[in-house]
Amino acid sequence: MSASPLARGAAGIAAAVRDGSETPAAIVAASFQQSRDVNAGADGLNAFVSFDEAASMAAAASAPRHGPLAGVPVAIKDNIATPFLTTSCGSRILEGYVSPFEATAARKLREAGAVLIGKTTMDEFAMGSSTEHSAFGPARNPLDRSRVPGGSSGGSAVAVAAGICPIALGSETGGSVRQPAAFCGIVGVKPTYGRISRFGLVAFASSLDNVGVFGRTVDDAALAMEVVSGPDLTHDATSAARDVPAFRTANHDLGGMVIGRPREYFPASLDAAVAERCARALQALRARGAEIRDVSLPHTDLAIPAYYIIAPAECSANLARFDGVRYGLRVEGDGLRAMYEATRSRGFGAEVTRRILLGTYVLSAGYYDAYYGKAMQVRELIRRDFATVFASGVHALFTPTTPTPAFRFGERSDPYEMYLSDIFTVTANLAEVPAMSVPIGRVGGLPVGGQVIAPRFAEADMFRVGYALESELGDGAHR
Amino acid sequence: MAVTRDDVRHIAGLARIGVPDERLDALVNELSGILGHMDVLARVDTSGLGPGPVAAMPLAPDEPPSVGLDRPREDFAPSTRDGFFLVPRLATHEDGEESA
Repeated sequence: MSASPLARGAAGIAAAVRDGSETPAAIVAASFQQSRDVNAGADGLNAFVSFDEAASMAAAASAPRHGPLAGVPVAIKDNIATPFLTTSCGSRILEGYVSPFEATAARKLREAGAVLIGKTTMDEFAMGSSTEHSAFGPARNPLDRSRVPGGSSGGSAVAVAAGICPIALGSETGGSVRQPAAFCGIVGVKPTYGRISRFGLVAFASSLDNVGVFGRTVDDAALAMEVVSGPDLTHDATSAARDVPAFRTANHDLGGMVIGRPREYFPASLDAAVAERCARALQALRARGAEIRDVSLPHTDLAIPAYYIIAPAECSANLARFDGVRYGLRVEGDGLRAMYEATRSRGFGAEVTRRILLGTYVLSAGYYDAYYGKAMQVRELIRRDFATVFASGVHALFTPTTPTPAFRFGERSDPYEMYLSDIFTVTANLAEVPAMSVPIGRVGGLPVGGQVIAPRFAEADMFRVGYALESELGDGAHR
Repeated sequence: MAVTRDDVRHIAGLARIGVPDERLDALVNELSGILGHMDVLARVDTSGLGPGPVAAMPLAPDEPPSVGLDRPREDFAPSTRDGFFLVPRLATHEDGEESA
């Protein structure tokens, strides 16, 4: 890797392209070479659902060379629309589908000079925490191929962790960027709800969905966030009309910052080695001048039950559009209704079917108030937990990203046990606050992620804490 | 709350998903198991939140967009009837057959 131009990181690559010492074509060629060297194909890491080296090389030849991401190779999750390569959402029902339009986040990357090198493996329609629910086979963790890379944006995390590209796009509904970032030892960011336009992101649960970014380093992720953030009021109503401040900073000092340690995220049952890495990370934050304060988010244990009512409810409505008429797969039947049922039965995998049925049930007559209405009220309690803590003078929170490091394939066959993988991440989606995962060490060779959560639209503070953690831990973040 | 085979058939119909009979029992168990974990929500006191739905993101004002005309509409289309603009009658080939 040391001789590869990819080792410079996103900002370094773009600077080299801008000053003419590198060409986008050479960088993108190095990216595809790295992909072959690590065996990222279907019989290896299975990071990509689709790629086209010749087309990416042609795009590199004509890519703008003056943007903030000039010549930077990027991978994009397969549920973010691009007019080149598939947008299949990891599902048979959209197998081979190519979008007629481009998602705002993808367009912003392209206009900044980035070059798309592939669409990445994901759990079907972003429902899963391991990529085991991909219709096209799971991606594999580059640090231990017998283990999952996390999900649902697992392929994007793998592409970055394997050194194929310095940044990638994923999507987050309950932790689908932060959890795979933690499992693969890279940085993953879920922005404030509305910070990045969702135009072109295939909807799963619209009140929880976000486009998110992966970076090998905090600086890579901050640069990518600066590019893709901001309103797109021409196309949609999914982004907030807020200015985007600088997220990159050379100031890694945390003097004057108060960082909360929510006790509910450090239960006695927490993996001891994960707890030890978190204690070391908190010490690193103290060393950078932060005050660490014990705080409480008392409704945390209700987050998973509330999330797994709200998200399936919204998915059951959003996925109604996949009916064999407008998109992708169509299985003929005896009449229109039979065609719908045959198409959806054949096109959706087991987990998507389960969640659509669950969502239909909790929205159906007689159960709406007891399940969906109650879950929305509990969501408000969770939102108020965060608001109360942040109003008390706490600038950011630090928690583990996941309860354990990456698990083995097949280890979590019970659906609810799999849902618990998201126990520390779903709260930020429910409360619409930004959060990021930063590597804080390894346990048995497997990465552990530390999570930084900030108030809404306070990503700049969140990144400052991320930079401080990364620089203070140094090599210790990867040991 | 336990889900029955009839419940699964009913919601599969609502969701337009064909579920073969041999999958019914597995889905009954899976959905009942998942919903069992949700029962904890029923015990949460939410009376302090007040009635009605809970607001999520602040909403944009529900106002029509500006039309973006260079001149006020009244300058060039001053008259309306039944919600339509009244414009000068255009000469057509029917003019000779029909009086205004």
